[in-house]
Amino acid sequence: MTGDADRRRLVVVGASLAGLRAVEAARDSGFTGPITLIGAEPHLPYDRPQLSKAYLAGGADWQVNPYKSRSQLSDELGVELVLGASADGLDVTARRVSVAGGHIDYHAAVIATGAQPRTVGQANGIDGVHTLRTPEDAANIRRAMDCGARVVVIGAGFIGSEIASAARARNLPATIVDVAGAPLASLFGDEVGSMAVHLHRQAGTQLQLRRAVTGYETAGGHVTGVRLDDDTLVPADVVVCGVGVKPATAWLAGSGVTLHEDGGIICDSRLATSIPGVYAAGDVAHVPYELFDHDHSRVEHWTNAAEHGAIAARHALDPGAAEPVSTVPYFWSDWYGHRIQFVGTSRADEVRLTGRIDDGVVALYRRADRIVGAFTIDRPRDIMKFRRQIAARGSWTEAVNFAGGLTPAQ
Amino acid sequence: MSIEADYTLCEGLGMCEAMAPDYFEVGDDGQVEILQKQPDAADRTDVKAAIDSCPTLALKLNE
Repeated sequence: MTGDADRRRLVVVGASLAGLRAVEAARDSGFTGPITLIGAEPHLPYDRPQLSKAYLAGGADWQVNPYKSRSQLSDELGVELVLGASADGLDVTARRVSVAGGHIDYHAAVIATGAQPRTVGQANGIDGVHTLRTPEDAANIRRAMDCGARVVVIGAGFIGSEIASAARARNLPATIVDVAGAPLASLFGDEVGSMAVHLHRQAGTQLQLRRAVTGYETAGGHVTGVRLDDDTLVPADVVVCGVGVKPATAWLAGSGVTLHEDGGIICDSRLATSIPGVYAAGDVAHVPYELFDHDHSRVEHWTNAAEHGAIAARHALDPGAAEPVSTVPYFWSDWYGHRIQFVGTSRADEVRLTGRIDDGVVALYRRADRIVGAFTIDRPRDIMKFRRQIAARGSWTEAVNFAGGLTPAQ
Repeated sequence: MSIEADYTLCEGLGMCEAMAPDYFEVGDDGQVEILQKQPDAADRTDVKAAIDSCPTLALKLNE
C-alpha cells in the first residue's frame, strides 16, 4: 500500500456475516483507509443460523448476540457504522452509494445485501403468518411456540425443517406443506428425499406433500388454518413461510450492475461485478466455480457468506492480486437431533447412498470420474474429509472406498 | 502459544478441520479434537484462519 492508498474508502453494503467478514479481511490485509459498513437492519452483525436453531429451542432469556460489539467494530477495526438504513442507489460513475438521504463516496465497494424471504399467497396483514430472517421474526415465532401454537411450515427446505424440528422438540403439533413429492429431492436426489421424509415422520411431523397452499383461514385477523389445493384445512396458530428467498438487489435497478433473472448479481470467478471496483458476496452473488466446470451458483449458506465476504474485500482493494475463488460450498442443518451436512455440488451424473438413519448416512455425487459432492446425516467425522477430496478433484473410486463401499442408489 | 477449544460452544461443524486438518478433527461425537496444541511457526497463519473461521467462536489461540 502507498501513502495515497490510505485515503481510499471501502464501502461495504450489507452488515450481516459477509459484510462483517469483508471489513475484518480489509483490516487484516493491511488496509488503513476509511471503511463504511451499511446495514438495513438496526442490529450489529449477528449469527443468523441460530435464529432457526438454538434461538427457537431456547428459553425466553436466549438472546441474539452480535459477533462483535459496537466498540470493537468502531474503535478496534475503525469501521464507520450506518445501521438501520438501506442503501437505495448506486452511482457507478460518481462512485457513490446513496443511503439515508445522503451519499457515501467509495473507491472500492462490496455488495452483500443478502436476500429477503418470499411469502406464500396473501399473507400480508394476517397475524401469525411469518417468514424467518431477522431476530424480530424469530422472536414472534418463538413467542407463538411458547404459547403452545400448532405450527404449520410452508416449504420443506432447511429453514422449514429446522422450524418443524424446534416445534417437535417442544412437543407441539407440526405440519410441513410442500409442492414437491419429497423434501430436498429436487436438489439432492430421490434417495436423500426419502431419508428426509423418514426423519420428519419419525419425529412426528405431519407431511402434506404434492400440496400447494391456496389460502389462509383467519378469525379476528389471526390465522387459524392453512387451506390446501385438495381442500384440506390444516389447523394452525402460527404459519412460517420457508419457500426460499429473493436477492435484495432492488436498490441496484438501473445502476449498471448486471443482475441475474432471479435478482442476484452476476459475478466473475473473482467476485467482481460488471462494474469496476464493485464486488459482491454472500446470498446475492452468482459465481462461476472453476472446480465445478464453471457452473454458476448463488449459494445461500453461512460458510459461503463468510468465505466470500473476506475474499470480495481483498479483491476489491487489490484487484491485481485477485484469484478465482476455490472454496467448496458447505452447509449444515440440524433436524430432530440429527446433523445434516453437505459439501460441494449436487449437480451430478450419479448419486450413491449408503448407511441407515440410525447409524449415519452418506450420499456421494459423481461427475465423470471424480467426486463433486457429499451429503451426510450424522457423520460429522467424515464430512470434511470429503470436502478435501472434492477440493483436490479426488477420484470417485477413492471416495466410494473411503465411504465404506457404496451401493448404487435406486 | 496453544490452541484451546471451549466444548460448551463447539458444535463440531468442522470449519477448523477444513482449514487446518493437521490440527483439528471432528470426532464421531460431533466435537472437535485438537490433534496438536502447539502450532508450528510455519502453520500459524493457517491455524489462525481456522480459529477465526469457527461459526460458534469455540476456538482460541493463547499467546
